[in-house]
Amino acid sequence: MEELRVVLSKAGDISPIKSSEYVSVGGYEGLRKAVEAPEKVIEFIKASGLRGRGGAGFPTGLKLSFTANTPADQKYIVCNADEGEPGTNKDRVIMEEIPHRIFEGMAIAAVAVGADQGYIYLRAEYPHLKKILEEALADAREHSFIGPNIVNSGFNFDIQLFIGAGAYVCGEETALLDSLEGKRGEPRFKPPFPGVAGLWGKPTLVNNVETLANLPAIILNGPEWFRQIGTEKCPGTKVFTLSGNILNPGVYEYPIGVTIRELFEDVGGCCPNGKKLYAVQTGGASGNIIPPSLLDTPMDIERCSENGATFGAGDLMFIDEDRCLLDVLENLIEFFEHESCGKCTPCRTGNPQLLALIRKFKNGTAKQSDLELMLELGNVMVGGCLCGLGQAAPNPILSAVRFFPEVFKVNNNYERGAS
Amino acid sequence: MASTNTSPEILEQVAAIASRWKGRPDMLIPVLHEVQAVAHNSIPKDVAKVVSYEMGIPIAQIYSVQTFYSFFSKEKRGKVLIRLCKTAPCHVKGTKEVLEAFESALGIKAGQTTSDGAFTLETCECIGACDVSPAVLIDDTVYGNLTPEKVDELILTISQMEVDES
Repeated sequence: MEELRVVLSKAGDISPIKSSEYVSVGGYEGLRKAVEAPEKVIEFIKASGLRGRGGAGFPTGLKLSFTANTPADQKYIVCNADEGEPGTNKDRVIMEEIPHRIFEGMAIAAVAVGADQGYIYLRAEYPHLKKILEEALADAREHSFIGPNIVNSGFNFDIQLFIGAGAYVCGEETALLDSLEGKRGEPRFKPPFPGVAGLWGKPTLVNNVETLANLPAIILNGPEWFRQIGTEKCPGTKVFTLSGNILNPGVYEYPIGVTIRELFEDVGGCCPNGKKLYAVQTGGASGNIIPPSLLDTPMDIERCSENGATFGAGDLMFIDEDRCLLDVLENLIEFFEHESCGKCTPCRTGNPQLLALIRKFKNGTAKQSDLELMLELGNVMVGGCLCGLGQAAPNPILSAVRFFPEVFKVNNNYERGAS
Repeated sequence: MASTNTSPEILEQVAAIASRWKGRPDMLIPVLHEVQAVAHNSIPKDVAKVVSYEMGIPIAQIYSVQTFYSFFSKEKRGKVLIRLCKTAPCHVKGTKEVLEAFESALGIKAGQTTSDGAFTLETCECIGACDVSPAVLIDDTVYGNLTPEKVDELILTISQMEVDES
């Protein structure tokens, strides 16, 4: 399959700062079209079949319609640029290379739902992006792509940059909103969903960077054009992040449906030094770990889940034969233990327990009952945690037990204090 | 919170920053970023008290927020912050050895500051530099494709940049 750049079209070829250069490659044409017929925007996005690119895959058009259909004196558009999933850095590349496409997407969404204020919630771990985004926003404001009366349409829409302070959970949209309000970033109970009651209780559309950057091309070229790319249930392209033990780690945009094998062999260049591939973690740190026998799985939300993989935000971390899977799992659960916000019990106490169990397997003291307990606890967390962080944290372990049972050796004769 | 004695000059700067946002609790996080930059990369109790008074936010609320986010510190930190990514994509490419090299080059453990107050070494969660892992964020700059051998040279480069600046 060939690389196809929609979100990253012309990225790197033009200045990220100057709107004039973005305009010279067709930039802000989607916004001009949107302001002429704002009522058609949501119809177009719904028809395109676009789904959220931040990991959950929720239909974007439907999300837009929730905010649009809630009457309010004030609505907000929030761009979720808190790209914290280990093994994901595609939003960073989009923001570094073509930030105006994100602003344009936000303005299109604003026109569609009737919002006049937008925020970009940028994670603190990307300090270099603050300058790029601030300069690009100033340039967009100067040329009336944001601010009062955007593109002479009578619509007002401004964007403010907000810098997070280091918390993975703020990628969860309601935690992000609490953080924007100046609080601890703890996920809220839902409903109400942000589309109805979000930032300061007002209807708020929260979308991932890549999702928003898809809107201009859809509005400009139409939903039929978009549907020709990708698969039936997941149209469009995906900006994938490849990491770990491969020759060419990085960010690559391909039509959805490209297989993991193509991304590993043709794009990633296999494992360096002739090492064999041992496992692939799909969909980021909270995604499933799969064996090489599943490399022909297409990267598409439905096909991934049918095969036991995770689409997530399109991340693939390759693990070669020299790594110890238990060591990787320990690292992953340490991450979730550290990043759990502590609000709900299954996540707050579940992650330390998972970690203790994994360490038992690592030091050879786990019994059959520990394996059973680990699976039971994992399933309780999947079903009982308040937000996606806790619900997804056991995924690497549960999938590893399924696909790599040989790793989980039990020693039923082990007694506390013995050996 | 750590007991501290921040200089009156710094506390004045803190007051000037925080007083601009009295009655705007939503501005607490941007204020804490700004305050931390003038107060030895930290928000000790005396600094938090000034922010509390100037913004009209209870000190408990400030403590609650500042301890939630990993980029804020109660303890005084070095002039240069070294944050080594310890998450999985860096881990599988050898972060452990790189961390050991940093620790031995600086003579401190992760979480500590050198006695001259020049460097603080921390491990942190993903810095989104998975394309150049293992990677480190030193103040605002990412350095990637690290090996234990490259660490000494990197610290020399950073030290030289500090000397040039001052």
